[in-house]
This record gives sequence, C-alpha cells and structure tokens, in this order.
Amino acid sequence: MSNSPSPADPRQSPPSAGPATDRLAVVAAGGQVEPEVHERVRQTPAVLEIDRFNLWYGTKQALHSITMPIPHGKVTALIGPSGCGKSTLLRSVNRLNDLVPSVRITGEMRLNGDPIYDQRMDVIELRKRMGMVFQRPNPFPMSIYENVVYALRIDGESRRVVLDEVCERSLRGAALWDEVKDRLGESALGLSGGQQQRLCIARAIAAEPEVLLLDEPCSALDPIATGKVEDLIQELRGLYSVLIVTHNMQQASRSSDYTAFMYLGRLIEYGPTTDIFTKPVLRETEAYVTGRFG
Amino acid sequence: MTRHIDRQIGNLKEKIRRVGTVVEEAISKSISAVINRDVQLAQRVLANDEAIDRMEVEVEEECLKILALYQPVAADLRFVVAVLKINNDLERMGDLAKNIAKRVAQLEGAGPVDLPPEIRTMAMQAEEMVRECLAAVIDGDPVLARRIREQDDVVDEARQKVRRRILAGIKEHPENVEVLLRINSITKHIERIADMATNVAEDVIYMVEGDIVRHRPEE
Repeated sequence: MSNSPSPADPRQSPPSAGPATDRLAVVAAGGQVEPEVHERVRQTPAVLEIDRFNLWYGTKQALHSITMPIPHGKVTALIGPSGCGKSTLLRSVNRLNDLVPSVRITGEMRLNGDPIYDQRMDVIELRKRMGMVFQRPNPFPMSIYENVVYALRIDGESRRVVLDEVCERSLRGAALWDEVKDRLGESALGLSGGQQQRLCIARAIAAEPEVLLLDEPCSALDPIATGKVEDLIQELRGLYSVLIVTHNMQQASRSSDYTAFMYLGRLIEYGPTTDIFTKPVLRETEAYVTGRFG
Repeated sequence: MTRHIDRQIGNLKEKIRRVGTVVEEAISKSISAVINRDVQLAQRVLANDEAIDRMEVEVEEECLKILALYQPVAADLRFVVAVLKINNDLERMGDLAKNIAKRVAQLEGAGPVDLPPEIRTMAMQAEEMVRECLAAVIDGDPVLARRIREQDDVVDEARQKVRRRILAGIKEHPENVEVLLRINSITKHIERIADMATNVAEDVIYMVEGDIVRHRPEE
C-alpha cells in the first residue's frame, strides 16, 4: 500500500532496541520478560505491594510473577488487551479469587505491610479495608441513604448523627450530594446509571478504605456519566489510593497518575502516566498505546 | 491492518516534505542571487513567499485536525507536535530567504564592493544544514540531527569572521558603509537560517527519542 510507512519512518523506530514484537513474542511463547518499572514509581511510598505474585486457574497460569508497588494516595491504572490479567490482578488484591475453587496462588501481596494471603488474615476484615466498584453499578435495593451507610450499619453503628455525617461526606466525596440530597429516602434503583455508579463509589468510600479498587467502572456508562465518574476519580486523587482497571486508554491517560501495561499475565511497563503516553520506554508499550496491536 | 491515523500521518509527512522542498529552494536561490548579484532571481524568491505562507497554514490545519480527531499518543503525538514546530521554523526560514532576496535588489547599483569570501563558505554550510535537517525529518534520523547541531558552530564562527571583515571595511572605506551594512545583514540572515535548521534538528530528536534537547549543550 502506498501509504504504508517506509522502513525509516520515525514512528517505527523508538529508542529501545529490537523490533516491537520481541518481548511480546517471548511472552506469547510462555517466557518471562523483565518488566520496565520507571524509577519514579519505586520512589513513591506504596500502600500496596505486589511481590512475585503468580496465579493459576486450574492448570492455566493467568498471572506470572507480578511485582509492583501501588503508590499511596495516587491513582494507578492497569491497562492491556483482553485476557492480560488486569482484572484477575485487581480481584486478587481483595481475595475475590478465593471464591473460585480452581485458583492457586504463590507469592505475596501486602496492604500497608500486612500480608494479604497470610493464613491468619481475616478476609472479611481485609475487605473492610478496601472498597470495590464493579463494571455494572450494583446498588442494593434500598434507599440512597441506607446504601451509603450500609457498611457502618453492619459494623454496628446506629447513632443517627454519625450515620448522617458519613452519608453526607461520602456523597459529597462522590460528587453526588447535590443531585440526591433532597431524596435520600428514595430507592437507589431510581437513579440513573451514572448516578448509581457514583453511589457505589460513595458506598465504598464511606468505610474509609485504604485502597479503592475500580474494575472498569465506566464501561456500562454513557459518555456524560463516564465524564462525571472520571471527574470524580480526579477528585479522589490525594485522598484515596485508587487502583483502576480500564480497557479505555484515554480514560487511563486522563484519570491516572501511574499506568501499568500488562500483557498475557505479565507486567510489561509501569511508570508515570504522562511518560507512558508521551514517551514510553519500550516499543511494545508504544505499539499498544498507539493502537498498533491489542 | 493499516490504522486510519497512519494514512493521516503519511499525508502530513508528505505535506511537510513539500514545504521543506520549497523553502530549501528559496534559500538556495536567494543565496545564489547574492553571490551572483542576480536581481531577477531575487525577484522570483520574493514572488514565491506567499506560496510558502499558504502551505504553512495548510500543514498547521492538518496537524490540528489530527490532534482533534485522533488524539494521538506516544510516537504519533510526538510526530504531529514536532511537525507543528518544524512547519513554523520552515516558514521563518522562507521569510529569511525573502529578506536576503530584498537586500540583493538594494545592492543593485551600489558599486563594486567585493563580498567577503567567508560568505560563500557560510552560505554553503547553511544550505547543507537545511538539506540535512529536512532529510532528518523525513527519515526520522536522530544521528543526522545531532550532526547538524554541531555544524551550527562552524556557521557562527564564519559569521564572526565576516563581521570583523565588514567592520574593517567600514573603517577603511567609510563611503561604502551603506552597502557593507546590507552585506552584514545578509550574513545575519544566513546565520539565522542555520539556527532554524538547528531547531528543526532538535525537534527531530524529540520526535524520535522523546527528549527535549533544546537549551541543552550537545553531549
């Protein structure tokens, strides 16, 4: 084709050596590659440390020796093509994969120093320390108010003044207060999809989690609702440590501080979002973020 | 599978190549007009400047279109941003060629003042830098781009020599002051062209490697 780039095309020759598919070919053949972790990621204090973490579904290995710190108080995005293991990794953080019978893991994860997979770790207690929001909004079939204070209620809190305060603070934190303050007693199921998703985020932050896990939180939302949730993620920066899985690269570039690129269960490159999207170190990352494969 | 953006970027590359060719020709003609005191050739350079301006606007519009519609990232983004800046520098090189051509017309009938010999060397060097910087853009060649940065010093040195010669000339023959000042201004324009070629070379390094090397000494 006449428009195909010439061999000397500048966009075909980023700095690192070897053709773009080298590492990906190694990985596809079942091999392991050394991930490119930028210095600035290592320098930031971590809320969560993932340490040589492997996971198998039956005989199929889904995560291969993932080692990465998740910076404290920052938004970290996991990107990569379908099946790269980003959701599996996210769900391993709060041990949701425990519910899958064939799952086997090795390696470690530590939440503020506490080993997540330690035998003595109480999984219920662990999950209280993390908030999770899924692809589809899942408000409970109860009032907006009760949705937000649900975690406190099951923890035994019944003082109205405390519940009211947490409800308002969380809804404000989730940028939803102004839209719902006059109808807190109404069913949460009457909210729009975008509002429901922000309600789920409010419910998650009501428990003041150490980490907020977001699994493709906008994939079921229209562009306007997506914009609002993205604005909210921006607002959460600095207040919460957020780990977000997204298949939308523009969302990662807009809303995160750090971005990790995964491929076939391996961490490939991990660095500040601006660097990943303007001058990634590896050709493989370059090829993925510019849409040349994946 | 060819990405749609590849076609857009291919077109953009072709457009900036064309601007480069036209500007290179304007520079080469204006210098030749100085050396041969060829007023007609100078007139042709002046007449062509409008075409360069038009092409510059076209390239800029193309860049803005790609940025708005495709939101390029990484190498694609760097390419479009570099072209945006290179385009600007090329247009300014075209203006400098026009300024040189204007001086040629003013030199006409000024009497037989010899051009300092270094002007020729300087002009040849500057022309080569322009040619090479365009090749570096098209081939995305950072090695060539780095070599161009080094050549700029040679031009600067020649320019100092010419300047000293002109000062001496003014002292010796004060009656020639006007024409000598015009020649001085021509060499200044040639030096600026070499500077712009250096800027373009630096943008090529950014385009390929992602590092902004401007205002940094050569490694």
